[in-house]
This record gives sequence, C-alpha cells and structure tokens, in this order.
Amino acid sequence: MNQYPLWKYLLILAILVVGMIYTLPNFYGESPAVQVSPMHAGLKADNALLVRVESILKAASLSPELTELDGNSVKARFTDTDSQMKAKDLLVAQLGDDYVVALNLLPRSPQWLASLNALPMYLGLDLRGGVHFLLQVDMKAALDKSLDATASDIRSALREQNIAYSGVSRDGDVLSVKFRDADSRSKGEAEISQRFTDYALNDKEEGGVFLFQATLKPEAVHRIQESAVQQNLVTLRNRVNELGVAEPVIQQQGPDRVVVQLPGVQDTARAKDILGRTATLEVRMVDEANQAVAGAQPPFGDDVFRDRSGKLMLVKKQVILTGDRINDAQPGFDSRTNEAAVHINLDGVGARQFKDATRENVGKRMAIILFEKGKGEIVTAPVIREEIGGGRVQITGSMDAMEAQNTALLLRAGALAAPMEIIEERTVGPSLGAENITRGFDSTKIGFIMVAIFMIAYYLMFGVISVLSLGANLLLLIALLSMLQATLTLPGMAGIALTLGMAIDANVLINERIREELRNGITPQAAIHAGYDRAFGTILDSNVTPFIAGIALFMFGSGPIKGFAVVLCLGIMTSMFSAVLISRAMVNLIYGRKARLAKVAIG
Amino acid sequence: MEFFRIKKDIPFMSYGRYTTSISLVTFLFAVFFLATRGLNFGVDFTGGTVIELHYQQSADIPKIRAQLATINLPDALVQNFGSSHDVLIQVPAKQNIAGAKLSEQVVDTLRKQDPGLEKRRVEFVGSQVGKDLIDNGELALILVSLGIVGYLWLRFEWKFGLSAIIANLHDVVIILGFFAFFQWEFSLSVLAAVLAVLGYSVNESVVVFDRIRENFRTMRKAEVSVIIDNAITRTMSRTIITHGCTQMMVGAMLFLGGETLHYFAMALTIGILFSIYSSVLVASPLLMLLGVSREDFIKPEKNAAEVLP
Repeated sequence: MNQYPLWKYLLILAILVVGMIYTLPNFYGESPAVQVSPMHAGLKADNALLVRVESILKAASLSPELTELDGNSVKARFTDTDSQMKAKDLLVAQLGDDYVVALNLLPRSPQWLASLNALPMYLGLDLRGGVHFLLQVDMKAALDKSLDATASDIRSALREQNIAYSGVSRDGDVLSVKFRDADSRSKGEAEISQRFTDYALNDKEEGGVFLFQATLKPEAVHRIQESAVQQNLVTLRNRVNELGVAEPVIQQQGPDRVVVQLPGVQDTARAKDILGRTATLEVRMVDEANQAVAGAQPPFGDDVFRDRSGKLMLVKKQVILTGDRINDAQPGFDSRTNEAAVHINLDGVGARQFKDATRENVGKRMAIILFEKGKGEIVTAPVIREEIGGGRVQITGSMDAMEAQNTALLLRAGALAAPMEIIEERTVGPSLGAENITRGFDSTKIGFIMVAIFMIAYYLMFGVISVLSLGANLLLLIALLSMLQATLTLPGMAGIALTLGMAIDANVLINERIREELRNGITPQAAIHAGYDRAFGTILDSNVTPFIAGIALFMFGSGPIKGFAVVLCLGIMTSMFSAVLISRAMVNLIYGRKARLAKVAIG
Repeated sequence: MEFFRIKKDIPFMSYGRYTTSISLVTFLFAVFFLATRGLNFGVDFTGGTVIELHYQQSADIPKIRAQLATINLPDALVQNFGSSHDVLIQVPAKQNIAGAKLSEQVVDTLRKQDPGLEKRRVEFVGSQVGKDLIDNGELALILVSLGIVGYLWLRFEWKFGLSAIIANLHDVVIILGFFAFFQWEFSLSVLAAVLAVLGYSVNESVVVFDRIRENFRTMRKAEVSVIIDNAITRTMSRTIITHGCTQMMVGAMLFLGGETLHYFAMALTIGILFSIYSSVLVASPLLMLLGVSREDFIKPEKNAAEVLP
C-alpha cells in the first residue's frame, strides 16, 4: 500500500532536478561589470558598439572575463573592481555623451545556465545597497497647468473667429469666459464646445455681464492626471539615465506616486537634486514696451522674472508654449556661425503654436522660463529672427558649449507635467547591505541546523526524511524565487526562515500520527499509510490560514513587506509539496517494498 | 526519543475557568498598557528621518548633539546603536523643515568634524506615507481576521471560527501590549510579524479543532469536555515540537539577525508562546462556552431514518 507508481517518482525527481538547476546560479556570486547603454532612444546598442567597447578595452590591455550584447546595452564583466573602475573611466572618456556608462554587478554563472534563463535572485536595495525614493506627483498643479493652457487656447480661438469677448479668467477649477452680449456668448459657446470637448459649459449672468463657465469633465480630469504621471515617469527615466545607474527601477505606485530605486547609488545628494528638480518650462513673450523696476508691481498682464545673470525682465502672462511640447533638446553648433547652440524639437501641436507665435512676433524677444518650486527663472531670451515652422528650433547667442549643454539638459529633463516631491527615502550603504546578507543567511543556516539535529534525534529515520524534505522545500523555494526573478530583501530572508520553521509542522503532524497509529497496535505499513492519509486534511487546513495572512500582506504591504508576503505564500506552496509528496516518496522507497515490515525507525 | 507519553487525558476543560481568567487578566493588562503608554511607533508610521552612521573610532554623542544644534536640530534624538562606533540619529517629522534634504545637511555637518564618517542607512518618511501605512495595516488586520473566520466557518462551523479568532486577536493584543510596556519600536516589519502570527497561530487552533471533529465521530458516547480534553492531549506533543522548531528558527533570527530583524523576531516569539497557550486554553473553553455539540457535525441519525418511508 505504500508504493508510488514509477511516473510519480520520476516526476518528483524531475521537479527536484529543475529546482536544482534554477537554484544553482545563486551560488556563483556576482562580478563587477560595466554596462554601456545609449542615452537617447534614437541610438541602439548593436554589434558595432560591442566591437567598439571591446577594442577600447583591448587598447588599454584590460581583459574582461566576458563581453556581451544584452537587450539594449553592452556589458563587460571583470574579475576585480580595479579594472572595472579603469574600464568605466576609459569608456566614459572615449564614448562621449551619447552613451551611459554605469557600474553594475553581473552574475558569474556559466553560459549554459544563463541560456536556460536560470538567473540568481535579484537582491533588494537593503541587501545590495542603494537608494529608494517615493515621489508624490502634485495633481492639483497638473490640473491648474492644463486649465491655464486651455484659458490661453480659448482666447486665441475666440480671436481667430472674431468673436468679441471681454475676458477669460480662471478661478480654482472653473474657467469663466465673459462677453458683452448674449449673442456673442452663444456664438462663443458654440465654438468652444466644439473645440474643447473635455469641458462642460454652463451659462451665467452676473450684473449685466454675460458669461459661461467651463469645468473639466471628470473623465478628462482622470485622463490629465493619468498622463501627468506617465509623462513624469518618462522624464524621470531620462533624468535617471543622466545619473548613470545600471538597473534603475522607476514605477508608478498607486494613482499619484512614483517609486524610484537606484541600486548602488551612494551620492544621494546628487540623485535628489536631479530627481527633485521640480522644473517646468514655459515659453512667453518678453514685454519690451515697459521696463522692469525692482520692487515695483509689474504692469497689468505681465510677470517679472530674473534671468540667469540676475537681471530683471518683464514677461507677458500669456503662455505660448509649455515644456511638455518639447520632444528633445540637444546641444550643438550653429551650422553657419559655428556658435554654440541648442537645438529643440517640438511636437506637432507645439510646432503649430510656435509657428503662429513667431510669425506674429518677428524681431521681438521671447523668454524661455524654467519654473522650479514655484519660482521662475529665465533660461534664455533669444530674439526671433524669422518665422519658424516645422518644429525645429535653434537657440543661439552668448552661450559657450558648456552652457549650451546645460540649457539643453534643463529643456529636456525639465519637462515635468507636474511637480513632484520626495515623500520617502531609504538609503542603505553597501557595508550594511553586505552585513544584512550575512545576518539573514546565518540565522537561516543556524536555525536549519538546530531543527535538523532535533528532528533526527527525536524521530530517527523519519527525522532524516523530514529534514531532507525540508531541504527540498528550501531548494524549491529558492528555485521558484529565482525563476520569478523576485526581489530578495531582508524581510524576504526572514520569510524564508519563518516558512522553514512553519513547514516542519507538516512533518511533525505526519510523524506524530504514525507514532500514534503504531501505539494503537496496527502494522507499520498500515500506520504509515494512515499517518499520511489522516494528517493531510489537517496540513491543508493549517496552511490555508497563514496563506490568507500572506495574501493580505501582499495586498496592503509596501516594498519590503510585499517581499516577505511573496516568500510566505510561495513557501507555503512548496512546503505542502515537499512535506507531503517528497517525504512520502522517500518513505515509500525505504519502507514501501518490504512486504513484512516489523519495525520502523521513528523513535 | 519521546517527550510526551501521556496515558490519561489531561482534564484541561475543568481548568477552563482558571485559564480563561488568567488570559483575561493578561489581556486587560495589555489593553491597559496600550491605553496608557501607547505604542512607540517607528519612523515608518510617524514620519521623520532616521540616520545611522558609523564612526572609525568611538562616537562622541554630546559633540554630535552640539553639532546638530548648530543646524537647528537641538532636539534630535542621538544614541548609540549596537556598538560605540555606531550612532543613530532620529528627527521627528515636525522638526524637519528641510524634508528629504535633511539627511545630507546632517551628514555634511558631521563630516566637517569627522571626514571618516560612513553613512550606513537613511530613512526619511513623509507624514502622509505614515498615515497610509497605518490605514493599510488596519485594513490588512481586518481582512485577515475576516478571511480566517470565513475559512473556519466553511471548513468547520461558525462557533469554531469565532472562538479561534477571539483567541488569536487576544494574542495580537498581548503582543502589542508587550511592545507598549517595553516601549519597543513598532515598525513596519513588526506589523508584518503580527499579521503573520495571526495566520500562523490560527493553524494551532485548526489542528486541535480537527481532532475535536474527528473525536465527535469516533467517540460516539463521550461527553463534550472529554472529547476536547482527549483532542488537546493527543495533539499536545505535536504542538510543543512544532512550535519548538519554529521557535528555533525565530530564535536564530532574534539573536543573529541584527537590529532590523530583532523586533520582528521578538513579535513572533511572543506570538508563538501565546498562541500555544491561547489555542489550547482559550479557544477550546470558548468553544465549550459557545455550546459546541455533536449535532454541529453529524446530522442526527434519526433524521435519516425519518426520511425513509
């Protein structure tokens, strides 16, 4: 009665072999590496880049263990950090600004494992060191910005159609458009409702003033917020690229938050400066009719800002273009004069707006204003020489190459749809990370050894079987975590230790049951059978409740707690499998064949 | 080897009155300390900044305090952490005007005196994050409780679900009571441990309940209290050994896991100890109190007879 069919043994064996293969990469450790990836979407990492990297390294007689093309980057692995640092400096110098050169760690596992997609577990920031940021997107600012842009669009739409209006103003979330008579209001309303479908309009009359109010429809509000977060994600990705981090994580969390994880980054001040730069861009016309006076109220319809040298300048309130219309900005040189220049690429809508604005304002100055934390600064205020169509804009004048590069960076990375604020930071230094690995590993190891000694002393042969199946449980759990490429954190390691401690319960239940059945005087074979049979229901029940807790933790937990919950849930599944099936297979192999079994070693 | 060779069932149910009053008293103590002292919430929940620094030589705490006072942080909590070389600086959210930039200010200021300083860890949590965590923690606690009651109801009977969850929430309150009494820091990982205990210690009750149900079927003539006594006695060996093994693992974390895992393991340890007690000596008397009977599981046989023509 205690025999498994051959296929069952083979299946268990196959699962164990697969588990072994996927656990294996975790034992090879990691080597220092350099990762080269293109800075812009236009460039691709290809074989040519691989050859170039290889020849640069060869010329300096650096011999990497391995160079490979992986996805959109070229990686070179070294045996020591010295040559890694040398290689990085060399590559930064030779490849220039088009590529990001980042330090990284690459698994040392052999090629055949990598080709099976068997990779080591991904270590969390608390184990490898690095920074974790949680950023909050200011949704109200995103809406305000969109409303302001619409107010400006309404003005130009009415002007275009020659509809007389007396004013457009924003009060909170409501845009009020005022007219002198009911007739032009109804004309205006028809025009606006046709063009701006995101808005709900309703009429109002206040003391002889005819006006209608426009409010954003709820679905439009939702869409604006959604796209604000999306755009910020893209902008953050670009900014993080400038930091040169190997495997950054940039993800949306909840409706209005963004997680940024930068493994290996220690210079948190620079990271914060670049991420926290809550800059937005606006292009407006300079008011050249009036002079800015320090301390005085600016004239009606104007704002006053300082430029980079600190000089005051009056700028019209009306916005021609916002930073989100800028697709790209690159430093370069004017093809005729060879002056340093910034080349800007606008999107379709931006190009049209810019063409109209430049046609009407040839010879005048426009200002590109960078808003950082509510304060505006004029980045540059060039003179418009001619109408500029096609969305390709070049800014020149009183800049050196360095300034051109900085301006381009500001224009490019400054295009956040809404300001963001860092609301959580967790930084772990590399030495603490390494210590955490040792601590987590040691406590699991010592705990496992203590349990093993006790189980074998207490249950003899059945103890050995229990410990072996507990080992199989650990193997399968690590294999599963490696396969899923789950992030291992310190709480995750605690989860492994805890599930091992809990998993032994199933074996104890079975062993106690067998002892009890033996005491009741039935034959050993029947006792084994009954023990496994009767304990199964209990094992199932007792595993469901921790599983419920694990799922709740996964749903409501953040970061490290989620890691703990994943390990807990997976561990419960592997422990059911190993405690019931694997240990039974071993018992069957050892005792199942003997037709007349007089005694079993269960203590 | 065998620790428990008990010939006669131990009459646990006749001690029911004493055991429930002991746990009632412990429970009331826990509630009292929770109410008077409250939990010492960590930075995860309250918001604020924690900076862990490592000095090459023994750290001079008063000097660090004086330096922090120069950047307007006279009330920052500065203490040794683990060894004399390690220092932990805590700044509550409301004293922090610089927000996320505070840690750089602090480290830069202290580095002026001591360039060999190593920044080991920084945690900055905005107050809105902390509030979300508390809300989510409460939701998780409610969800786990409902999930467990629902499952036990489905698998056994509502009386079992109810008494198990009362016994286990009593464990949770006692863990929290310990944290309130000793003013240990209540962090996110402690919350995770508390929820894990809730899931884990219910399994203790499940094992006993399973036996009770089985006994209702096999011991047809026995009294309810005899049935429960027998179920507890016969699962006792397993209870002690299982929890002993789990505690070995948790104990390894408690002593070797470092500061981060220490209180996590502490919460688990208290949880494990009290779950042994509560599932045996609280859940089962409660079950009797709720009037569990054979009819809850086995449809009376005469019904079957009546249906026959």
